[in-house]
Amino acid sequence: MLGKLSLSAIPFDQPIIMGAGAMMALSVVAVLGVLTYFRLWKWLYTEWLTTVDHKKLGVMYIIVAFVMLLRGFADALMMRSQLAIAYHGNPGYLPPHHYDQVFTAHGVIMIFFMAMTFMIGLMNVVVPLQIGARDVAFPFLNSVSFWMTAVSAILVNLSLVLGDFAATGWLAYPPLSELHYSPSVGVDYYIWALQISGVGTLLTGVNFFTTIVKMRAPGMTFMKMPIFTWTCLCTNVLILAAFPVLTVTLGLLGLDRYLGMHFFTNDGGGNAMLYITLIWTWGHPEVYILILPAFGIFSEVIATFSRKPLFGYKTMVYATCSIMGLSFVVWLHHFFTMGSGADVNAFFGIMTMIIAIPTGVKLFNWLFTMYGGRIEFTVPVLWTIGFMVTFTIGGMTGVILAIPGADFLLHNSLFLIAHFHNVIIGGVLFGYLAGFNYWFPKMFGFKLNETWGKRSFWFWLTGFYVAFMPLYVLGFLGMTRRLNHYDNPAWHPWLLLAAGGAAMIACGIGCQIVQLFVSIRDRNLVENRDLAGDPWDGRTLEWSTSSPPAFYNFAVTPHPDSIDPFVRMKAAGLAHPRPARYEGIHMPHNTPAGLFVGGFSAVLGFALIWHIWWLAVFGLVCGVGTVIVRSFNPKIDYILPAADVARTEAQFAALREQDALLKAAE
Amino acid sequence: MTQPTTAATVGHIQPDDAHTDHGDTTVFGFWIYLMTDCILFGTLFATFAVMRTSFAGGPTGKQLFEIPGLAYETAALLLSSITYGFAMLAAYQQKVGQVRAWLVVTFVLGLCFLGIEVHEFAKLIGEGAGPDRSGFLSIFFTLVGTHGLHVTCGLVWMAVLMVQTIGKVRLTPRAITRLSCLSLFWHFLDIVWICVFSFVYLLSVM
Repeated sequence: MLGKLSLSAIPFDQPIIMGAGAMMALSVVAVLGVLTYFRLWKWLYTEWLTTVDHKKLGVMYIIVAFVMLLRGFADALMMRSQLAIAYHGNPGYLPPHHYDQVFTAHGVIMIFFMAMTFMIGLMNVVVPLQIGARDVAFPFLNSVSFWMTAVSAILVNLSLVLGDFAATGWLAYPPLSELHYSPSVGVDYYIWALQISGVGTLLTGVNFFTTIVKMRAPGMTFMKMPIFTWTCLCTNVLILAAFPVLTVTLGLLGLDRYLGMHFFTNDGGGNAMLYITLIWTWGHPEVYILILPAFGIFSEVIATFSRKPLFGYKTMVYATCSIMGLSFVVWLHHFFTMGSGADVNAFFGIMTMIIAIPTGVKLFNWLFTMYGGRIEFTVPVLWTIGFMVTFTIGGMTGVILAIPGADFLLHNSLFLIAHFHNVIIGGVLFGYLAGFNYWFPKMFGFKLNETWGKRSFWFWLTGFYVAFMPLYVLGFLGMTRRLNHYDNPAWHPWLLLAAGGAAMIACGIGCQIVQLFVSIRDRNLVENRDLAGDPWDGRTLEWSTSSPPAFYNFAVTPHPDSIDPFVRMKAAGLAHPRPARYEGIHMPHNTPAGLFVGGFSAVLGFALIWHIWWLAVFGLVCGVGTVIVRSFNPKIDYILPAADVARTEAQFAALREQDALLKAAE
Repeated sequence: MTQPTTAATVGHIQPDDAHTDHGDTTVFGFWIYLMTDCILFGTLFATFAVMRTSFAGGPTGKQLFEIPGLAYETAALLLSSITYGFAMLAAYQQKVGQVRAWLVVTFVLGLCFLGIEVHEFAKLIGEGAGPDRSGFLSIFFTLVGTHGLHVTCGLVWMAVLMVQTIGKVRLTPRAITRLSCLSLFWHFLDIVWICVFSFVYLLSVM
């Protein structure tokens, strides 16, 4: 009846896990309590859970990303503290099986549920606004994508207290991830969480590719698109091309585990190296899926705060597109030691080094944008400059690893760990945090506190160097990754230093939480409110809307005729056109169907993990049934009356006048 | 606020037809989805190319596959593509009754295809040549089964569309968009099947 599920699945004898589980349960109860106490359930359901508005979905993605950042970072702290003490006969406080789960969960959470989710959240908020569209091409599909991602994050967290998580490393290499060596439900949690969120991401890719190609405002040709939209377009192409491979790869591993097939097993004609090839065919483009939008954010931020157009817009576009293409011909550098032969290794090594060229082009474009500009050192700019230095170092260690001969020595060591954290924290995360600070006023109508933002930045930046530079040294000293304890006295001081760095990053995260708290507390102060919708004197169309934008985004479809159209519109005094008569606007209705599809996917995934077959059938039938039932509903959209549009726009105009008066009073 | 007049002169006010007509965008989006499906099948074909000789001492394709049954299966699916084409022609002429009739024919042909496939799978498993026998059989069942699963989804979708035409005298633009998307899907599965037939079956028995 309940498959493999029983009370023994809860690890009552593990105080650390039970403590973490209790913390999680307490937070959930606290949130539910607040919602009930303030009678917010109806508001939550009608305004957020059933929404198909890309901006609200984007905000929810970002909330999930921050929650998962905390979870993933807690894992990181545990690993660093374990390695700081598990030395010379001291086993530390994390037993090997638990430690293996911690580093697996850390990787999976940070890549799939922090970085991917954060990126898709920012893309949701910004891209339709930048291209002058009223929503994405498929708003309902967008809500399905979000809920699939959200429930997968819940499944991963559930594994903490119910059963265990994969103890295989974040890519679950077979044969270790096969049933024979990993008989528990851990790998099944991994497979189904990633399958469900992967399908959600794929649908996002279809949605945003279609949106960007088909729904740009008239006049916005491809070579006039804002650079963030360009990078998102390339990222979506990569999602479309790479995520089906992930689906197949995890599907085949699942078939091995569930139906006893022989894709990657040691016996029966299986071939484990096939898995490694397939997973990296997805995995390498994946890192560019993450970094390209970050490049786009830096470009927007640096142009805005240097008060200049981006230097080399065209080369930036070409560089982005070449990185997009090259990302598919380098995957073999993840397993140079597999034995493909010198020629194959040389090809992939050279292709990998070539990626440094378009990336270098980008870096010089940013530098030349800053050159001669009136740079304002706001928080997003600090993150950008921090990125430029840090990412360059990470890129160069990447070129070292791209040399097959060097890779034979350095692979699987902490040098590699240092390298990819150097590019993923220094590139991806810094970028998203820059974007978060930059677009926060657009999302919520008030600015984030600069002081706490700067404190957070400096803790993060210095903490990053203190935590990860020692890992390069440790790599040279021969320390391999994923060690639980060690005896080498030469490693110990460096690991202590790295643990100190992790503590500094913890301070950085603490400052971010304080920043959010202080900003929300002071949101009504005059200097913090974003009344006119354009707090940074922005250059692209998203700044022409109110903050937060009306749910239809644009009352009048803009006609951008150049790069940085909003600069021209402001100069011509046409920033906020107010026609004598507005027209009705075609908008989609909110629907709970996406929430239900997500919920039933979670039921399906949970049932498959625990082999509860009847429940799996139930989840599948109900999930598919929800979509079918919705297809019978003719009332999925409506025309918002022109009078309503006029009223909303009049309110925005009044706010702008108030803003102008306040500015004049200064 | 003098903006209304200036705004109008530079053409800021336009009817938003691009934002209300979604049929074109939907078909485009569906094309994009089909391309991702194409990559999904491509990955499975690549896996087949790697594992086609991983017999692990078990039976080979030459010993297992029977081409005559396969010919019926193929004929049923290819024919169903033609009949779906007739349904689309009828849809463009708003002949709802004909649309339904051709969809029924297509549905039955699709069901025949699936029936033969399930029969073949059952026979192989009965002979001890199931997907857990060898790497070769694993990818054979997975590749052919994934195609069969797609056909099943197509049939469910077709049934829904048939139900939705009941009692209708005219097809709405939305209904035609849905029929067009399923049409793309159905022909796409035909193309995939031709690849399955050629690379999986024919190359194995040759």
